[in-house]
Amino acid sequence: MTAASSPPGAPPRRRIPWTVRARRDRTLLIMVAPAVLLLAVFAYVPMLGNVVAWQDYSPYVGIRESPFIGWANFARVLTNPLFLDAVANTLVITAVQLVFFFPVPIVLALLLNSVLSPGLRTTIQSIVYLPHFFSWVIVVTIFQQIFGGAGMVATRLREAGYSGFDLMTNPDTFLLLLTAQSVWKDAGWGIIIFLAALATVDPQLYEASVVDGAGRWRRMWHVTLPALRPVIILLLILRLGDALTVGFEQLILQRGAVGTDVAEVLDTFVYYQGVVNGDWAFAAAAGLVKGLVSLALVLGANKLAHLVGEAGVYQRA
Amino acid sequence: MSAETDNENEIRTTTPARRAPSSTTPGPGRAGQPASGPSRYRALLRGRNRPVWEEDPNPLGLLVKGAALLLIVATVVYPLYTVVLTSLSTQADITRSGGLVTVPGGLTFAAYEQILSGGIVTRATIVSIGVTVVGTVLSTTVSVLAAYGLSRPGSFAHRPILFVFLITMFFGAGMIPTYLLVSNLGLIDSYWSLILPGAVSAFNVLILRAFFMGIDRSITDAAKIDGAGDWRILGQIVLPMSKAVVAVVALFYGVGYWNAFFNAMLYINDNAKWPLQLVLRSYVLQGVTLPGSGVGQVDVADGAVTGLPVKMAVMVLAIVPILVVYPLVQRHFTKGVIFGAIKG
Repeated sequence: MTAASSPPGAPPRRRIPWTVRARRDRTLLIMVAPAVLLLAVFAYVPMLGNVVAWQDYSPYVGIRESPFIGWANFARVLTNPLFLDAVANTLVITAVQLVFFFPVPIVLALLLNSVLSPGLRTTIQSIVYLPHFFSWVIVVTIFQQIFGGAGMVATRLREAGYSGFDLMTNPDTFLLLLTAQSVWKDAGWGIIIFLAALATVDPQLYEASVVDGAGRWRRMWHVTLPALRPVIILLLILRLGDALTVGFEQLILQRGAVGTDVAEVLDTFVYYQGVVNGDWAFAAAAGLVKGLVSLALVLGANKLAHLVGEAGVYQRA
Repeated sequence: MSAETDNENEIRTTTPARRAPSSTTPGPGRAGQPASGPSRYRALLRGRNRPVWEEDPNPLGLLVKGAALLLIVATVVYPLYTVVLTSLSTQADITRSGGLVTVPGGLTFAAYEQILSGGIVTRATIVSIGVTVVGTVLSTTVSVLAAYGLSRPGSFAHRPILFVFLITMFFGAGMIPTYLLVSNLGLIDSYWSLILPGAVSAFNVLILRAFFMGIDRSITDAAKIDGAGDWRILGQIVLPMSKAVVAVVALFYGVGYWNAFFNAMLYINDNAKWPLQLVLRSYVLQGVTLPGSGVGQVDVADGAVTGLPVKMAVMVLAIVPILVVYPLVQRHFTKGVIFGAIKG
């Protein structure tokens, strides 16, 4: 309609008064309304609700009546040793996952991409995507049944004379366990975006490189991996932006069994301080610190991507 | 990734190109005529799908690759197999195996009869199904409408409204204020607390929007000239053309509702209203004795579990709906996800 009445970007459209445009697009506005309403109530009102972080909040008095106490809650958060431990645990888990989880989907995608039979490839894809759709409760329970104290491995080891095997409650191997769970659940799903990127590679590039004498590995290095680079960078940015968010559901399921020394991360800290202990304002302050630092991380990572000449999550335009 | 791609699966689109490389660039001569010498063996080894320019596979490499793929598939399939088998096994077999059953013995549906004949698990299953169905319908409908409403750049307040969605992807309000809000709205112990707070995912809206924007404008413009309003264009033109991506988004929402347990942990205090995942967590993962499960005794000292078939049956119950819906939607994944990831 707009394209028919005026060419896109041409000045005449600007002269349409906003009342006329609002009337013209009222159907579109009505369509967007339910979603905007839901976001307003359940995303934006809680953003304002973060004012409790500056209050001496009491649920019996309510947000309106609770007295403001300035930055005291933030001061408590930033000097709380448990909070600092949670930050450290979170960052360690992020780092370990970056090293041991992040490359797995790339390798899997390269492996699967080298399977030439379309039928076989589709079958394997369907199977490895599947665990992504299981809940964390299911995944952790499966791991418990296999690697736990009463699990399959422990039973076999007991028969062979070794006792005391229990990965699920061992803090020393917890990072390994977390990563293994993440890999089992999500590494398969992670390949989907790499496979799509690989599918866009022009086969002529391979033909040309073969004519130039490139073998398998050189083709992978000079053709395949460069094709994956934008996707890898995009996912790295997203992961860095999420550095303070590490599998909340996965951790809260196992925090009790393994202990807070290794399994307390920022999100579980907020949950236990706030909802369980009832120190609402303190927990809200901790959550807000996390949210703001995360926001800075995404924006920073994106800026970095622009600086090195990649597209990033969003364009500057 | 152009929006005009009609193929179901991006991966498949390259396959014909691999089979028949362009004739202008012939591959190395030797591969062109594989008919001489021990040709049958080589033809078998090469397979039908290997492009002409690629060298013959190395038998050792094939072996390693095959073993790796087999191992990967087994890692996913084997645990599921033992879980299902254990849920169907008799107590005698479970005692003999000392845990998960790996070799089929006596099979029985007793565990399923037990959990589905009323009681906590049955009720939790009904709650989960209800929340998932209502939530998925609501979320998908609201998201499709929003995506269509945002699919025409230049419409009134297009950019500000788009930002309302984008901002929620970068900054979340946090658990505590959200909990206080839900609590103040009186939604504690209401099933709506499991649906409304996460009903709209900006990411899913953007996936749909990217797809709708890729639909050729001339089609919708023609409908408009013929007098169709936006509601008709959405219902009769845009939606029928976007079944695949709508199915993927509905699956994402549906799986999200089905798998959620933490929101119920926060908002549902009355355990008669618990969804299946929370029941699974308490009775299976944490080993609380399931009332009425008969043999559901847990010996805390060595963690030996005797109610195992019942527990594994609850697991299977939580997995089955996903296994049912998954194959219907799975072939559309690439399209749906890639649109979100690359264009969104």
